[in-house]
Amino acid sequence: MRLRVNGRDWEVDAPPMARLLDVLRVQCELPGTKEGCGEGECGACTVLVDGEPVCSCLVPVAHADGAEVTTIEGLGGDHRLQRAFAEHGAAQCGICTPGMIMAALALPSSPSLDDVRVALAGNICRCTGYHAIYRAILRA
Amino acid sequence: MPAVGTNVPRKDSTEKVTGTARYVDDLVFPGMLHARTIRSTIPRGRIRDVRLSFDRAGFTIIDHRDVTGRNVVALIEDDQPLLAEREIRHVAEPILLLAHEDLDTLRRARVDIDYEPLEPLFDPTRSTQLLKDLRIVKGDVEQALAGAEVVVEGEYRTGHQEQLYIEPNGVIAVPENGGVTVHGSLQCPFYVHKALRIALGLPDDRIRVVQTETGGGFGGKEEYPSVIAAHAALLALKAKRPVKLIYDRLEDMLATTKRHPSIVRHRTGVTRDGRLVAMDIEVLMDGGAYVTLSPVVLSRGAIHAAGPYRCDHVRIEARAVGTNTPPNGAFRGFGAPQTQFAVEVQMERIAEALSMDPARLRELNALRPGDTTATGQRVEADCSALQVLQQAVERSDFHGKRERYAGTNRGIGLSLFFHGAGFTGSGEVKLASRAALCTTERGVRILVGSAEIGQGTRTMHAQIVADSLGIPYEDVETGLPDTSNVPDSGPTVASRTCMVVGGILQRCASDLRERIGDMHPREHFTKHGATVVTKEYEPPHGIAWDDDTYRGDAYATYAWACDVAEVEMDPDTYEIRPIHFTAVQDIGKAIHPVLVAGQIEGGTAQGIGYALIEEVVMREGAMANAQMTNYLVPTTLDTPTMDVVIVETPSHHGPFGAKGVGEMPIDGPAPAIVNAIRHLGLDIRQIPATPERIAEAACVSA
Repeated sequence: MRLRVNGRDWEVDAPPMARLLDVLRVQCELPGTKEGCGEGECGACTVLVDGEPVCSCLVPVAHADGAEVTTIEGLGGDHRLQRAFAEHGAAQCGICTPGMIMAALALPSSPSLDDVRVALAGNICRCTGYHAIYRAILRA
Repeated sequence: MPAVGTNVPRKDSTEKVTGTARYVDDLVFPGMLHARTIRSTIPRGRIRDVRLSFDRAGFTIIDHRDVTGRNVVALIEDDQPLLAEREIRHVAEPILLLAHEDLDTLRRARVDIDYEPLEPLFDPTRSTQLLKDLRIVKGDVEQALAGAEVVVEGEYRTGHQEQLYIEPNGVIAVPENGGVTVHGSLQCPFYVHKALRIALGLPDDRIRVVQTETGGGFGGKEEYPSVIAAHAALLALKAKRPVKLIYDRLEDMLATTKRHPSIVRHRTGVTRDGRLVAMDIEVLMDGGAYVTLSPVVLSRGAIHAAGPYRCDHVRIEARAVGTNTPPNGAFRGFGAPQTQFAVEVQMERIAEALSMDPARLRELNALRPGDTTATGQRVEADCSALQVLQQAVERSDFHGKRERYAGTNRGIGLSLFFHGAGFTGSGEVKLASRAALCTTERGVRILVGSAEIGQGTRTMHAQIVADSLGIPYEDVETGLPDTSNVPDSGPTVASRTCMVVGGILQRCASDLRERIGDMHPREHFTKHGATVVTKEYEPPHGIAWDDDTYRGDAYATYAWACDVAEVEMDPDTYEIRPIHFTAVQDIGKAIHPVLVAGQIEGGTAQGIGYALIEEVVMREGAMANAQMTNYLVPTTLDTPTMDVVIVETPSHHGPFGAKGVGEMPIDGPAPAIVNAIRHLGLDIRQIPATPERIAEAACVSA
């Protein structure tokens, strides 16, 4: 299988049902994507597949064959959302943060608070109560 | 420019927003094996036979006979085995440990266990296994109750709550230097160090515990990491290879500690005009199968059980008992959310019985400076219960909305609460925590055992040190605690990391300043090499506590808060939706206002979950909904708008006037919400207030 991850091509040797999450973390050595529940409920493993946010723990790698995958590492370190998350205290323990940022990337520009709440409804943060995350995204 | 009171960049923000922060599951060691725990499937009984039905090639296998030290989880009592020998006291009790380099082979390994089942006990009211009891007595309750104009009685119940840190428990044990190093997701590196020393029978200097970036704790990584660390260390020492032991979500929820369920009974005597004359309180907590931290959870719960109120006659009788569920343990609030839920719903029912405004009842009885608490502690000038109450009432337009919402599907309710900072009673003296500063080529390095678990330890400590030394915040270095090179600052629990450990660091800084004169520590380092200053906790003057009678100053000081909850009920589904929250919280001094707001907002959200949706369903002693699919925590759509007000009435006990902030926010939301539900005409005395319980209450009131 062939993946394009953060602009780099990967020839992946994995069983077709291997989780995209494990392929990214182990084979591609991109551990910025986190596992929180393994059942698609917490959103910590959110990555973009062809621009769509997905829970990579639920995606068999075969489904991503030929796709363009973006992980937190693909944003570099100076993306406006990364800066805003840092500035507004949107990352506390930080384990949900990569997934949160990836989910927020799919928002339209100048989103409303309701847009943000709906877009992030599949990403659980146990630290912040979400308000710092809203502030970061709305001001990014 | 001073750092304290400003929103300096978090020390760890870059790593966390770029995905470069390394959590335990991100670490790989050469030759590393993966590990798995084989657990009991019955709540009580005896092990008859264990059969390994797999090819053992490449496996490392450990049972209780392989424990090289003592087969106990060293905590308050030594009653809990690391690995069951014969007796089983709860579902998911560890029996056998397996390690293998291939995760799939490991998962496929089949172990069959035969048991001789015994009758389990799940009802704490029927338990005869006393884990701890204590009694707080002030005045003469019976006589005061007999003379009271009105007596209100009630029983209140709270359920288990799962911490649900998003990173599950996990460690990696690496055999090295004739001993073992454990890297792990944890709050208390020195608790783990002690547990390993006893479990492995190794001397202190052969054991090293290093915290990895930790994806949330909330108490759930206070005592449990001692278990998982010892398991991984036993495997690693036997295999002579690094061993990674990471729980998946289901195992974490099934096997690890939760908040203690509680039953609290109140009998309160009041005058017709609303003055508390007697409070008779019985607290029962379900500790589960082993003692763990139940005695101290019970203690904090009991001390907070009479709420932030003045009353001359108080009796609190508290018991923690054993049952056959997995042991309960530390969770943010540590007993106080349970007992303050009870007293605040009781206060609401008293107001109702007296046809009195609930805010007015609290105003009449709130502690003022100079008043005494249930343990006889005279509260000082920083007691601001009345101020936070008045501010919350005004800011939320409590009275206006109470009138406007009457007769609609909306309700508004409040709770007044407090939280003691630091270990209870003589706990801090016994801990004798230490902290240190070391000069470096950049400036100064903080050496503490306190863990960063998201709350901002590194940042807040660095701010305190920067201002105490008079150097820029950027010149203060922080790191992950490693027991081989930091002093024991005590556990990262009990809202003590700012007030207590921050206070020791402040003293280190002033001592260092004296030693290096006007020089920048960097300059001093260049000229004279590294200088290290270590300080130990010094008990504040005028604080006295008696462990035997439970009388005296239970905490150096308390933080004070008032929450106002506004809710809406869906008349078709009986779901309660929180629509707005006002949280006015006096924490002495916000060292970093953004971090403080984060603690209040996050703790409030957890409290909302506790109040409404977080239900641990126990069936035959096992969590039946041990998945995030059906154990629900608040999402963005369940979390209301919040108006957070940080009040700063300084305490002379903490650095720059600061008190504890981490735990208090979870004490107030549940009673505020349940009191808002009461405003809708529904009598709820048990949380979580699920639609089923609301429907039941609606049928009764209809």
